[in-house]
Amino acid sequence: MKILVPVKRVVDYNVKVRVKADQTGVDLANVKMSLNPFCEIAVEEAVRLKEAGIATEVVVVSIGQTGAQEQLRTALALGADRAILIETELNLDSLQVAKLLAKVVGNEQPQLVIIGKQAIDSDNNQTGQMLAALTGMGQGTFASKVVVADGKVAVTREIDGGLQTVSLKLPAVVSTDLRLNEPRYASLPNIMKAKKKPLDIVAADSFGVALQSQVKTLKVAAPKVRQAGVMVDSVDALVAKLKQEAKVI
Amino acid sequence: MAILIIAEHNQQALKADTAKTVAAAAKIGGDIHLLVAGFQCAAAAAEAATLAGVTKVLLADAVCYQHQLAENVAALVVELGRDYSHILAAATTHGKNFLPRVAALLDVAQISDVIAVESADTFVRPIYAGNAIATVQSADAIKVLTVRSSAFDAVATGNAAPIAAVAQATDAGLSLFVSEELTKSERPELTAAKIIISGGRGMQNGDNFKLLEGIADKLNAAIGASRAAVDAGFVPNDMQVGQTGKIVAPDLYIAVGISGAIQHLAGMKDSKVIVAINKDAEAPIFQVADYGLVADLFVALPELEAKL
Repeated sequence: MKILVPVKRVVDYNVKVRVKADQTGVDLANVKMSLNPFCEIAVEEAVRLKEAGIATEVVVVSIGQTGAQEQLRTALALGADRAILIETELNLDSLQVAKLLAKVVGNEQPQLVIIGKQAIDSDNNQTGQMLAALTGMGQGTFASKVVVADGKVAVTREIDGGLQTVSLKLPAVVSTDLRLNEPRYASLPNIMKAKKKPLDIVAADSFGVALQSQVKTLKVAAPKVRQAGVMVDSVDALVAKLKQEAKVI
Repeated sequence: MAILIIAEHNQQALKADTAKTVAAAAKIGGDIHLLVAGFQCAAAAAEAATLAGVTKVLLADAVCYQHQLAENVAALVVELGRDYSHILAAATTHGKNFLPRVAALLDVAQISDVIAVESADTFVRPIYAGNAIATVQSADAIKVLTVRSSAFDAVATGNAAPIAAVAQATDAGLSLFVSEELTKSERPELTAAKIIISGGRGMQNGDNFKLLEGIADKLNAAIGASRAAVDAGFVPNDMQVGQTGKIVAPDLYIAVGISGAIQHLAGMKDSKVIVAINKDAEAPIFQVADYGLVADLFVALPELEAKL
């Protein structure tokens, strides 16, 4: 079966972003960009399913600017077979992304879509669920275990009180949580091989999807800064501060 | 203009997040209807009717809603939701699961993790792990929002809203519930606790989390953990506080053996008072802590327990 893995280029998770002075957004000039960590887990899971003989082809797709080719090459180096870049200069919302991905699903007919549960820039946690809705598929969100067998996928999901397992008909959408797997590193030979793997570039406006979002960002501000605290030198002093000064215990 | 809130419950009782979501809806203004979808969940509906500000409770009691699978709940909410100007749910794993599906089926955007309501169409939400705060305005006919419950105070009880049964029962037939494995705990829930004590990689192993238990008992606190502690297998993952775990804002947060990575801070930096106990004086956690103690946790924790 074919697996489709949507991936996103985001600011590296170790970077502490700064808000622009004019409050129009965060400053991403000259900031290190990477594959979103949850997408890395999604690619890893797809590649493992291929190595287990369950998947036959892993296709990665990204939507964004030319630079996203870099992250697609990373995914190819991790074991994906081919890549699609849907190119646009616009900053799309989850709904527009899901609509474009639904078109890709229509073209590619994958049996399984594995997607990260959220991107660490917008923190939306929506695209997988929206894609499942638009394609009429079942969804297994926040997966920590995925078992494909007999035309079904059993997904163990991380929920607030613990774990829940659901069984979905294929095709289905699975979104990855952190503990699904430990992504591998791309080896140098694989990085070289990835340069030769196919990467198709398609313009986003060729899909016939309205790309304008109904949501407008009015401003982006820095969060409130916490007042500098004090260091105490003993447990006694700490307990005294909490009782008398902060009055929280 | 009326607002539909999808209640979160375990059939018997409402989760605390629901009363906080109602508080967010009250800031938008308008009639507030609460949907309780489940199986044999009349008790939860009765409790929902007591929440201040709720004008009607809709009760969808059918076996296909028993495990609140996203496919079935979303179909129901889409059916009911077309008559509303706003559809809200708490930004819990349940709300995050089904609500984007609702939004896509209604062909509108979703605004996730709202921390403030500026007006009926303008909302505030954190992005980049809480390192930036975005104010967004939606022109969609129906606004679909998940609400970060730590940012709102629960509404009072004592109301007696009417309860109306909803006849629809759609099984989408896409998914089946297999099993559930819930972590048992006598302590308060993490997202509702007034005091939280969390352990990180510095705890060294799962057994050492017992050092936190005595203190948690004395303070009636919940116990949390950093991703490092969860990934190392010290504790189950539903204890994780952070960008991708639970977001909490208790009166007192005690971070023990936690360095304070961006992703952890995203989950707790709105706590009223933060205490850090760490042996590394350079740990970033001290930059957000109101009170910091540089000490070996294996010495400091027993002493703290004794002195409370």
